[in-house]
Amino acid sequence: MALLQKNSNMYLTLVRLRRNRLAILGLLIMGALILIAIFAPWLAPYDFATQDLISAFETPSWEHPLGTDDFGRDILSRIIYGARVSLQVGVLAVFIAMVSGGTLGAIAGYYGGRIDGVIMRVMDVLLSIPQILLAIAIAAALGPGLLNLTIAVGIAALPTFARVVRGAVLSIVGQEYIEAAHCMGASDAWIIIRHILPNCSAPIIVQSTLRVAQAILAAAALSFLGLGIQPPFPEWGGMLSGARGYVRDYAYMTIFPGLAIMITIMALNFLGDGLRDAMDPKMKR
Amino acid sequence: MDQQREHILDIRDLRVQYHTDTGLVKAVEGLNLSLARGETLGLVGETGAGKTTTALAIMQLIASPPGRIAGGSIFFEGEDMLAKSEEEKRHIRGGKIAMIFQDPMTSLNPVLSVQEQIAEMIRLHQKVTDKEALEKARDMLGLVGLRPERGPDYPHQFSGGMKQRVVIAIALACSPRLLIADEPTTALDVTIQAQILELMQQLKQHFNTATILISHDLGVVAQLCDSVAIMYAGRILEKADAKSLYANPQHPYTQGLFNSIPDMTKNVTRLNTIAGLPPDPTELPPGCCFAPRCAHASGACSEGSPRMVEYKPGHFVACSRMNGNGGGALGPAEERGQAHG
Repeated sequence: MALLQKNSNMYLTLVRLRRNRLAILGLLIMGALILIAIFAPWLAPYDFATQDLISAFETPSWEHPLGTDDFGRDILSRIIYGARVSLQVGVLAVFIAMVSGGTLGAIAGYYGGRIDGVIMRVMDVLLSIPQILLAIAIAAALGPGLLNLTIAVGIAALPTFARVVRGAVLSIVGQEYIEAAHCMGASDAWIIIRHILPNCSAPIIVQSTLRVAQAILAAAALSFLGLGIQPPFPEWGGMLSGARGYVRDYAYMTIFPGLAIMITIMALNFLGDGLRDAMDPKMKR
Repeated sequence: MDQQREHILDIRDLRVQYHTDTGLVKAVEGLNLSLARGETLGLVGETGAGKTTTALAIMQLIASPPGRIAGGSIFFEGEDMLAKSEEEKRHIRGGKIAMIFQDPMTSLNPVLSVQEQIAEMIRLHQKVTDKEALEKARDMLGLVGLRPERGPDYPHQFSGGMKQRVVIAIALACSPRLLIADEPTTALDVTIQAQILELMQQLKQHFNTATILISHDLGVVAQLCDSVAIMYAGRILEKADAKSLYANPQHPYTQGLFNSIPDMTKNVTRLNTIAGLPPDPTELPPGCCFAPRCAHASGACSEGSPRMVEYKPGHFVACSRMNGNGGGALGPAEERGQAHG
């Protein structure tokens, strides 16, 4: 519990976050979603792949709370299992983007000069390509599958992280305590990891939560296009895509996966906005 | 060789330059300085005289670009710092030469507790477990007059004077041979200044660390230093043991500095100043850099830099008036010396 000492930044952030109702709501929804994803096999009333053609296209009922799809699969169960993929892709993709983009951004900001120029121009080139197009291109090149989907979304989100981290590092690197660390005989890597990055954790964490939402959306879009998770495994975007043909007669088949995506992204945005306010040092009373 | 062994630090003809858009700034130009073990040297000069640049050059931390050590040598414990690898320099920084910065508000990392910051210094230079490092860090806190229980607190929970104590604890954590204090009391108010100076005085005796105290406050230097070097436009104009310099300043610039200190016993409406401004570091005047502001300047002053002359044993002055007549005939200085003695 070292992180939660009474006076640490982490503790103060949590105290401030608690005052923001929407952020707490977002946190609760995300917590619930994570639990749902973990305990999916116990929570889901049916198996996600069991087909029951006799009861296909059933509207919501007591037996199937969210109805059944064109193969008679229970939509609620598929949404519950789908949370696994969406959260996994969202979190992992952002992790990939944060680690690789953050490293590049930190190196660029710390060393500056030519290294900065080369790294950031490459990032600019990546940024100039629309992100969803970039993700589609990478996913198409790598082929379908959970891991490839994650990598594609992660690479697409990488340049924004490099920019954010570089900017944050630049604002810290000129501080006197960095010079003091040099005078202690600390190496460059030590200074970046121990002195600079902890001081720019606020923008990185905020960017990450907001980015998870975008990554889930991007993964849904790729699945919608058939480049993501392959059937029968459910993914919210893929479910939307599959139900698209029946939207006139069986609207509920698109509404529920769409709602799941919307609620998740809304929760993450609330949380991200709340964290941004809570971690802003200027808000310190 | 003998002299090198005796001296912990020996700087010879050091030249540091910064390449800026407005031209070549010669921040340090032909600086000679040596420091005996356990000696405390005050480095006094105006803003921009090159004091901090000298300190960073000793630490081998001149930012490059734009800075560059253009010439000279720095011998620390008889070894040339300029010839060392980055790895060796890292071991010397902090381990053997430590530095205290001017502003304790900004020289501590806001997201690390103070004991972690002290322990970090120890961990970087000694083979200790985390637990031992933290224990030693708390001991250091006690040594600088803070309660060891305050170790887990963060810098924003300390006052300015306490933070400077923490900074001193960090600097001394590995018992360095040389401590460079860059205006350690400038950012503090006067009562806290006195406490910090007293603490430094005690610790100096405790660790027997050679110290370079950078300051523009002659009063602070008088309190702490064995010897004083007066710096101006990247050069040392006068160097002597503190007693001799305070009693008998020889260089016109040093005399001007002492003249600028208000006399408490007299009622004056205007304070004394040194006429003019320090020279533009991109265009230093030829010859003696103080000549344009000097009341005693003659034609000889603008032709070639004056050599350092030993006016009295241990008292060196770089002034062309000394070069010829070997000192003396500087009545006004003697009088002033007594007034301040």
